[in-house]
Amino acid sequence: MNVLASLRTALRALRLNALRSTLAALGIVIAVAAVVATVALGEGAKAKVASQMASIGANLLMVVPGSMKSSGVATGAGAVQTLNLEDARSIERELPETVEAVAPVNRASAQVIFGDQNWSTSIMGTTPAFLQVRQWPLAVGEGFGREEVASGAKVCILGQTVAEKLFGEASPIGQQIRVRHLTCKVVGVLSMKGQGAFGQDQDDTIVMPWNTVVRRLNGSQSDTVGMLMVSARSSQLVADAQREVTSLLRQRHKLAPGAENDFQIRNLTEMQNAANEQSRTLSLLLGSVALISLLVGAIGIANVMLVSVTERTREIGIRMAVGARGRDVLVQFLTEAVVLALLGGLAGLALGVGVAWIMAVRAEWPTLLSPSVMVGTVLLAGFAGVVAGFYPALRASRLDPIDALRYE
Amino acid sequence: MARSSAEPAAAEPVVRTVAVEKTYRMGDMEVRALRGVSLDVSAGDFVAVMGASGSGKSTFMNVIGCLDRPTSGRVLLDGDDVARLSRDALARVRGRTIGFVFQGFNLLPRTAALENVELPMLYQGVHARERHRRAADALDRLHHTPAQLSGGQQQRVAIARALVNEPKLILADEPTGNLDSRTSEEVMALFQRLNAEGITVLLVTHESDVAAHAKRIVTFKDGHVLSDLAVASPRIAARALAETAP
Repeated sequence: MNVLASLRTALRALRLNALRSTLAALGIVIAVAAVVATVALGEGAKAKVASQMASIGANLLMVVPGSMKSSGVATGAGAVQTLNLEDARSIERELPETVEAVAPVNRASAQVIFGDQNWSTSIMGTTPAFLQVRQWPLAVGEGFGREEVASGAKVCILGQTVAEKLFGEASPIGQQIRVRHLTCKVVGVLSMKGQGAFGQDQDDTIVMPWNTVVRRLNGSQSDTVGMLMVSARSSQLVADAQREVTSLLRQRHKLAPGAENDFQIRNLTEMQNAANEQSRTLSLLLGSVALISLLVGAIGIANVMLVSVTERTREIGIRMAVGARGRDVLVQFLTEAVVLALLGGLAGLALGVGVAWIMAVRAEWPTLLSPSVMVGTVLLAGFAGVVAGFYPALRASRLDPIDALRYE
Repeated sequence: MARSSAEPAAAEPVVRTVAVEKTYRMGDMEVRALRGVSLDVSAGDFVAVMGASGSGKSTFMNVIGCLDRPTSGRVLLDGDDVARLSRDALARVRGRTIGFVFQGFNLLPRTAALENVELPMLYQGVHARERHRRAADALDRLHHTPAQLSGGQQQRVAIARALVNEPKLILADEPTGNLDSRTSEEVMALFQRLNAEGITVLLVTHESDVAAHAKRIVTFKDGHVLSDLAVASPRIAARALAETAP
């Protein structure tokens, strides 16, 4: 009996008992739908975390001042100023293989005023590399260059939130705003970045040249830097970059071997991994529930196949009388079970995709359908059909033709 | 397939049983259904097997039909001993050498006549188009009229199914048991026609009217062959039908 013929026979048998077949496959339908939908949710969450991390900056390392031991007393992280402009320059100069750009960042907060509007926001004094490191293009305007940084030019780039608070719908480009006591010209507006990974509004900020913030706004003559943002050349190079920056800074800071770093490097990839780990745990949990329901679905199919074999004992006898071998009967019932499970799997796939879509549209949860998981789950359902159908099919194939024919 | 009835008598018999015994165990009781049956059926013969119920005639047919194995003795179909064949080999013999016709028709329920007739070819690896053609031919040959199938029509479909793999031997177990007398006569006419075409027919019945159509009547009693008689002038079903034509 060839594949096509047994497929046709199986489909006919299933159609003759349409209701029973549907109920038998329901377990598989639900299991596959659950797997597809939960994996879509999990992948969606992972993708969202990844995009949030990317919105902070690609392949980003954040170098912040660390603790320092002085006469045996350890200070807290960030309590001392251990990083300076020269650290930033030397990283850029010495590590061109792994490091793409370095942006020193000093933060300040200030009240900003335009006309009768005012807003309190945070100021970031940095270099043009900042926009590159953060992968943060300008929405409008030109930004500033190295000369403006060097001269401490009174220019600023507004985040979307600040631009909206001060200017509303009007264009801020070329306007003069007051930042504390400085009058600055708006030379650009950043594109919308949205919420950061920790829920903060990343657009509520003003970016200004480093010298302008440190020398003019804060009136400081120190070269101390609040933070270095370093971007690696690629995601594969993040770990290398972290190692090289660490050893370069240790060397520059003249730390003895075995002494603790006087800075910390935060690697966004690590944070992302932690977040992914969480969503993976959740997926694993939901996945195992789905696998259990797949097992239950398989048991349902096995049960119905056993009933079907008993009910169709006479049919089996007839088939054997006209020349069906044991293996023909085995293949027939096995095909039936597998077709049932596969159809259930396909229905479950459609249901799962539908549920994922509803969650994405109605609940606005991020979902991401994974083709490999979809194909894999349907195949798994088919395999469950093989397992579920094997024993009933084997029983059918071992029937004695004369007993089967006489069965009432 | 077509074997002329003029074949020399010395030829290998289609069926030869040698001291066939069949014992069933029902709980503690042993039922000796066949107690040493030796019988030859030569090609082109038309044998009616008669006997009361429990005489062993159906068991005998099942053993010849490779549906059941004898407890001892030899069963030769076309010279090959089938008593010791594997299950798969028996299935092959059933599929290729034998055509069954049952009292209850044993058609697949809720399945078209054509597909029922195609069934035996399914297991001989016949291509779908060829299956279809041969099934339609077999039904045509029996003047099948598709429609609601009456008992007689169902039995015609069952006979078409039995014929479709061109067997040497047709085994019919009470084929007229569920039919009225006119339809029985029609079915018997069909068997006589097939027999005339050269197919060996072995028919189990307990009705002497039906057995009267055969060339030879073998009577069973208590698992033995009681008598084995040639029929001097078999009843011609076609003629009987012509006389009683409505």
